[in-house]
Amino acid sequence: MPGARRRLLSWFARRPAAGAWALLGPGLAWLTLFFAVPLAVLFGYSLMHRGTYGGVAPGFTLEHYRRFLDPLYLVVAGRTLWIALATTALCLLLGYPVAYAIARAGRWRNALLLLVVLPFWTSFLVRTYAMIVLLRDSGVINAVLLGLGLTSAPLDLLYTPGAVLAGLVYGYLPFMVLPIYASLERLDLALLDAAEALGARAPARFWRVTLPLSLPGVAAGSLLVFIPALGAFLTPDLLGGAKTMMLGNLVQNQFGAARNWPFGAAISFALMGVVFVALLVWLRMRDAGEAA
Amino acid sequence: MTASPPLVEFHRVSKSFGDVRAVDTVSFSIFRGEFFSLLGPSGCGKTTTLRLLAGFEAPDPDGGEVRIDGAVVNARRPYERPIGMVFQSYALFPHLSVERNVAFGLEQHKVPRTEIPGRVERALELVRLAPGTFARRRPHQLSGGQRQRVALARALVLEPAILLLDEPLGALDLKLRKEMQLELKALNRELAMTFVYVTHDQEEALTMSDRIAVMSEARVAQLGTPAEIYENPRTEFVAGFIGEVNLFEGRAAGQGGGGAGGTWTVVPTSGPAFQVPHHAAFEEGVPVRIAVRPEWLDLHRPGEVPAGENALPGAISEVVYLGETMHVVVTLTSGAVVRVALRNEGQLLKPLPWRRGDAALVAWRPEDCQVLEAD
Amino acid sequence: MTRRLPRALVLLVGAIFVCLHLPVAVLVLYSFNASRYAAGWSGVTLEWYRRLLDRPDILRALRLSLEVASLSTVLATLLGTLMALGLARGRFRGSTVTEGGLYLPIVTPEIIVGVAMLILFAALRVPLGMGTIVVAHVAFNIPFVAVVVLARLRGMDRSLEEAALVLGADEATAFRRVTLPLLAPAVLAGALLAFTLSLDDFVITFFVSGPGSTTLPVLVYSMVRRGIEPTINAVSAVLVFVTTLTIVAAERLAARRA
Repeated sequence: MPGARRRLLSWFARRPAAGAWALLGPGLAWLTLFFAVPLAVLFGYSLMHRGTYGGVAPGFTLEHYRRFLDPLYLVVAGRTLWIALATTALCLLLGYPVAYAIARAGRWRNALLLLVVLPFWTSFLVRTYAMIVLLRDSGVINAVLLGLGLTSAPLDLLYTPGAVLAGLVYGYLPFMVLPIYASLERLDLALLDAAEALGARAPARFWRVTLPLSLPGVAAGSLLVFIPALGAFLTPDLLGGAKTMMLGNLVQNQFGAARNWPFGAAISFALMGVVFVALLVWLRMRDAGEAA
Repeated sequence: MTASPPLVEFHRVSKSFGDVRAVDTVSFSIFRGEFFSLLGPSGCGKTTTLRLLAGFEAPDPDGGEVRIDGAVVNARRPYERPIGMVFQSYALFPHLSVERNVAFGLEQHKVPRTEIPGRVERALELVRLAPGTFARRRPHQLSGGQRQRVALARALVLEPAILLLDEPLGALDLKLRKEMQLELKALNRELAMTFVYVTHDQEEALTMSDRIAVMSEARVAQLGTPAEIYENPRTEFVAGFIGEVNLFEGRAAGQGGGGAGGTWTVVPTSGPAFQVPHHAAFEEGVPVRIAVRPEWLDLHRPGEVPAGENALPGAISEVVYLGETMHVVVTLTSGAVVRVALRNEGQLLKPLPWRRGDAALVAWRPEDCQVLEAD
Repeated sequence: MTRRLPRALVLLVGAIFVCLHLPVAVLVLYSFNASRYAAGWSGVTLEWYRRLLDRPDILRALRLSLEVASLSTVLATLLGTLMALGLARGRFRGSTVTEGGLYLPIVTPEIIVGVAMLILFAALRVPLGMGTIVVAHVAFNIPFVAVVVLARLRGMDRSLEEAALVLGADEATAFRRVTLPLLAPAVLAGALLAFTLSLDDFVITFFVSGPGSTTLPVLVYSMVRRGIEPTINAVSAVLVFVTTLTIVAAERLAARRA
């Protein structure tokens, strides 16, 4: 018995590739079957006819992609794009200082990191709902404002693009903080000392040394915020109302009430297209950064 | 030592990683009880050679044979070979105490439970770590030197036929390193165990080894005792890698008389000619390169050439204080720079009579050189 | 070397931290509010929590969420750890591509993943229920576990396993006695992460759950859509509490150096 085991192990030990694939096999199979294949099917559906009772009917067509180019839907796409970009920008503006402060915090680092990470792990649904509690007409913010006498009537905070933006920034801020923190933490403080010895004062040290060296983190964080923001569905659904529809809601609609699966699939892949472009841009920037 | 058959044999062993040949048809033998070193710069293949012996790598399909005690072991895993190993990073198991670390191998070899504590204790004492103090400690509570000793104890407790050491002293400070070098040499003698040692530090190799294999670019450049390697380097690489060396070259121009086998006159491109002992490969017009160690050179005032010695004129450019020796750097009239090593008999009481700028003759006896082969 | 941070920065960052935790803190606070309408505060009460126990739909959803999370965590941790082991030892063609591919599920917007799985199950005529939810959760959790374990594996000294081999252990024993104990904290951290992600997931679960299989987040969503009521606060607070405990535990494990 031990002999057989030894022989089996020797066989695998001498073929590192076979051993690796044996380990990867099950997980890879699961991911292929339940991730890659569904996406492929989704893509296939986007090119097929809409079935009479929902679902699809055989036949190749580009009508769904063409339909997406209708101004009605392009408006939604445009809105999705600008909200995603605005979210990314705001997260960057707010997240960078937080990451910077944590990186310099010394003893408090781990505690602060935990504080940033906690909301990140709390259910997105719960956090979005918490925003409703704050922003509704009879919500906390309005109650405080009315109570302090700063306003005479409740402000329309909910069901506006602003609410969606606030909800997205609140939701994705940790995604921006963590990569930037990782970049800053790796910064060799000796570089700042060297810059100071060469005559650079604090602002110059930041703009000319710290910021450029933290750009990989900035790029990664931006990507981690931009992509989910593009595909946002829950936030505009609960906080945006009918006026602030994003592509995510459009897709959900097609698979729900509208029962137009191929169109939903086409929108999904148009969205994926933008995601891929964003990924390529990020990869280009990263490789250029490394080559420099 | 050479009477019995070799314990380890490498017969034309090759190992490639992708397109890169890490070890190229390397052959050598290691005898029982020997302290054998693999010496060379980084990337020369010495570590890969050690790993081939250990069994972490296997030779290429047509890449020769590794034999231990006469048997071909190419296909055998490390745990099927009679070896112990001390790693460069020590590789102590962080989740186990010192005694559990040392006991690990004994447990794997199914040594009876009752025997283990005694053997662990003896192994720790062998490497001069008091078992009472250190047995319960964890690796992260030990200094670098202590961790190194535990790694040694862990390997030695199994009493392997061959102990492999992969640059084990690299992380230690100079004083500790020199101490450990002597301790390892002593262990090798007392235990009569074969040691195979990898290092890039030529001084270390010279100090400890019975024989050294100098490696460069995946091949063995020269194999011999420390004296052979140092005093008779075969190629420019070996001459330059071990200790300091001065190189002179020219063309053979006529065999002269005097001495057994006679000497040849070698004419360099500029500067006076010098005499070189007869070598089988010499013919009229053939290029000749020789290596002369700094300690084989001497300095004389111009005009005071000892009879029968080679002498090249130049001027002192630097006098370097090295403690036991003084190195005088001389720029010859031909433009070449040579280093002459002179004994330091105390610069405060008996200083050297040489100053920067002085004219001098660099001299050596014709037989105090090593004729180099092409690399 | 401690350079003091400018005051303005500390204040700004402090304000951001407050805003980051305010909404959930308010939510938890109001789950104890006796007033039915969120605006005014009229005393502390556990009424809304008590009402949870009277709501069979909430209890059923909580139970399903925990079952799904447990099951999918076990599977995802197993498969993800195996994948990490395969990638870490990899000196084989396609290892970089596979590793890159591992990040694809993390990067793809959840709505697209959810929708794609829905149509897969529809095409295969698989009825939506607990099974489909577990399958989907395992799929999106495998990359997270794999990434966490892979990071730890890469940081481990390779020569530890080689040392075990030289000491007489074969590959399987070396894995069991050396690699696994050192890997355990990372595997556990990965598992806890997966548990949390599964428990809290909404978007993907929304699309692959059927009428009889409602998880807690999906239930909360429909409750919110129907109309705000204080019980939602209580349910949310429970979810937050469980998540926080799990994450703090995971953090402790990840930080521990063996």
